[in-house]
Amino acid sequence: MSKYNFDYLDELEAEAIHILREVAGQFEKPALLFSGGKDSITLVRLAEKAFRPGKFPFPLVHIDTGHNFEETIDYRDSMVARLGERLIVGSVQQSIDEGKVVEQKGKNASRNALQTVTLLETIEKYQFDACIGGARRDEEKARAKERIFSVRDEFGQWDPKRQRPELWNIYNGKINKGENVRVFPISNWTELDVWNYIRREKIELPSIYFAHDRDVITRNGQLMAASPYVNMDDEDVVERKKVRFRTVGDISCTAAIESDAFLIDDIISEISQSKISERGARMDDKVSEAAMEDRKKGGYF
Amino acid sequence: MNILKFFTAGSVDDGKSTLIGRLLYDTDSILADQLEAIQNANRKNDDGTVDLAILTDGLRAEREQGITIDVAYKYFQTDKRKFIIADTPGHIQYTRNMVTGASTANLAIILVDARNGIIEQTIRHSYLVSLLGIKHVVLAVNKMDMVDYSETVFDAITQKYKTLAEELKLKDVTYIPVSALKGDNIVHQSERMTWYTGESLLHFLEQVDTAVEDKSEKARMPVQWVIRPQTDELHDYRGYSGRVVSGSFKVNDKITVLPSGASSTISKIEFFDKELEEASSGQSVTIHLATDVDISRGDTIVNSSALPQESKLVEADLCWMDTKALDTSITYLLQHNSKLTKCKIAEVVYKVDINTLEKHAADEFKLNDIGRVVLKTADYLPFDFYDESKANGSAILIDSRTNLTVGATMFRALAD
Ligand SMILES: Nc1nc2c(ncn2[C@@H]2O[C@H](COP(=O)(O)OP(=O)(O)OP(=O)(O)O)[C@@H](O)[C@H]2O)c(=O)[nH]1
Ligand SMILES: [Mg+2]
Repeated sequence: MSKYNFDYLDELEAEAIHILREVAGQFEKPALLFSGGKDSITLVRLAEKAFRPGKFPFPLVHIDTGHNFEETIDYRDSMVARLGERLIVGSVQQSIDEGKVVEQKGKNASRNALQTVTLLETIEKYQFDACIGGARRDEEKARAKERIFSVRDEFGQWDPKRQRPELWNIYNGKINKGENVRVFPISNWTELDVWNYIRREKIELPSIYFAHDRDVITRNGQLMAASPYVNMDDEDVVERKKVRFRTVGDISCTAAIESDAFLIDDIISEISQSKISERGARMDDKVSEAAMEDRKKGGYF
Repeated sequence: MNILKFFTAGSVDDGKSTLIGRLLYDTDSILADQLEAIQNANRKNDDGTVDLAILTDGLRAEREQGITIDVAYKYFQTDKRKFIIADTPGHIQYTRNMVTGASTANLAIILVDARNGIIEQTIRHSYLVSLLGIKHVVLAVNKMDMVDYSETVFDAITQKYKTLAEELKLKDVTYIPVSALKGDNIVHQSERMTWYTGESLLHFLEQVDTAVEDKSEKARMPVQWVIRPQTDELHDYRGYSGRVVSGSFKVNDKITVLPSGASSTISKIEFFDKELEEASSGQSVTIHLATDVDISRGDTIVNSSALPQESKLVEADLCWMDTKALDTSITYLLQHNSKLTKCKIAEVVYKVDINTLEKHAADEFKLNDIGRVVLKTADYLPFDFYDESKANGSAILIDSRTNLTVGATMFRALAD
């Protein structure tokens, strides 16, 4: 038996577990949105800490753009097998096939925006009343403004001018019919906190987070994976470089960085010294000053 | 390393967002791409330098209007400490968002504009800080550059605030003259105010002691969730999960479950794959009892030797947060930790006039009103007074017609 020495990671962890248990206690049909990235992997570990040896009181939901890094899908499947929990996959490809959304065209086409439609459809199909996500407030300025329990209307829209007060550690999960709540248990974690936690907990991650050799092209000053999902033309020069990914989403909007960081310690020191934010590697945020706010208003995470 | 949570308060345009931007900028906490984004932004200061307030004013409407509408949270760290900052709006219309940011903080930075001194919004925010029981206050007299860095101006404001602080029982106030715009006394000691011998704001924040905030020794754990795997190997497993909100529990402690009053002994404390001998305030754990007791979400486990108050009537301070006024004829929902119960406002004892801090009778309670009420709940609440335990002494009111959070309440006394 051990006596506990409470430091900042313990405090962040205890807060996140408290939030997860509030979701379990307050909602009928919650879900945990699992993207395959480090933040949602962290959420899964926190859910284990909150609910084991019981089962999770929610399924994992993956909104699959179809344009994934293979490593993420492998990771997802072996993780689900290890956990013995239920996985629901919402397929963007299916939304495209059914004509519900139209694939973007052109060189910088991405399925990132289409995800929202599939997400909202999946929420409706399974009647989820709460969706847990791994968004953090330090990622982006609109996210810095969002509540931990964030109420969305029937269309998934966030209304930043009408957020409910959120006091102390009391979370109001009461909603009207058709509404749902997005819940962000690691709101108060920074990128570095997540990495320090992953190191402390010895959590395994998909290999793409660590330095590896990969064929890449340079697009708008960013390194993109040379993949069939990225539209390439004659101007694009494919080079082989040692890279890693700092954030993982759809292949067509996630940029790599050149790096030699093989080990988690290397990554932590690399991030501590970095002068560029994590979201600096996301093409989807570069569109305009209010890109994230606008996507959230449209139902995005 | 520990975390200090603080927020900025004060009237519109006193410079709260600019001060936070300055703190981040001068501690080198702004990353290159974010800096580039603010350098390219349309909003600039009059002298053409970058407007640091847009670092936290993250909404389109905020940047367009040049004001803060809702709380923004920012994170940074130095060698000494981690900081979570809530930048809250100064506009009276958005007071509820200010209270949101303040409710989880251990320290308040209250800004005043050196040219205007103490005004209504300074008093309102100071009053809220005292109600919310925030122990440490910094009065940052800002825009010192606009008053020639005058010691006389600073002293006059300081003197006036001391009277207010005394009246509001704010015990720990630190006074710092600053210019958020120019950076004086924010991170670096100002060379233009050599008469000021105190610390810079950052230096102060790095070392302020917040170790023993919630002083209650009384062990309380509201049950959030019952873990029952119901598998063959864990057939009899029954764990009560929650976060210890005050005091600490040890294995073999005698406990009482409220409201039922059933008692038992702690047989085991678990945290995932570890067994603990003790769980203290702040920890999320799972407790096992030696005997079978009927416990579900909303119940509270307490140490039998230190029982809480138990009542259906309680006198509480209330901040009203809805555009629809309080209606004493309807039933609201009250959420106290994991417990949800019906609630009526049995009486409005008084309302506080924010300008004079006088208490007077009132039958109306509107948006941003603050005062004392008597709450009458359907179920017994096992609570402590807010002074002793913020977590077990506070609750929110929910309007069941709209499901909005309409009030923040802090328990102060038993009512009869
Ligand atoms: N001269 C001078 N101007 C300042 C100083 N601090 C802030 N300002 C200016 O005051 C104006 C308001 O600053 P903000 O930081 O947006 O004010 P705020 O307190 O955050 O306002 P709200 O959030 O809307 O309540 C801006 O034009 C700032 O540039 C200062 O120290 N000196
Ligand atoms: Mg502001």
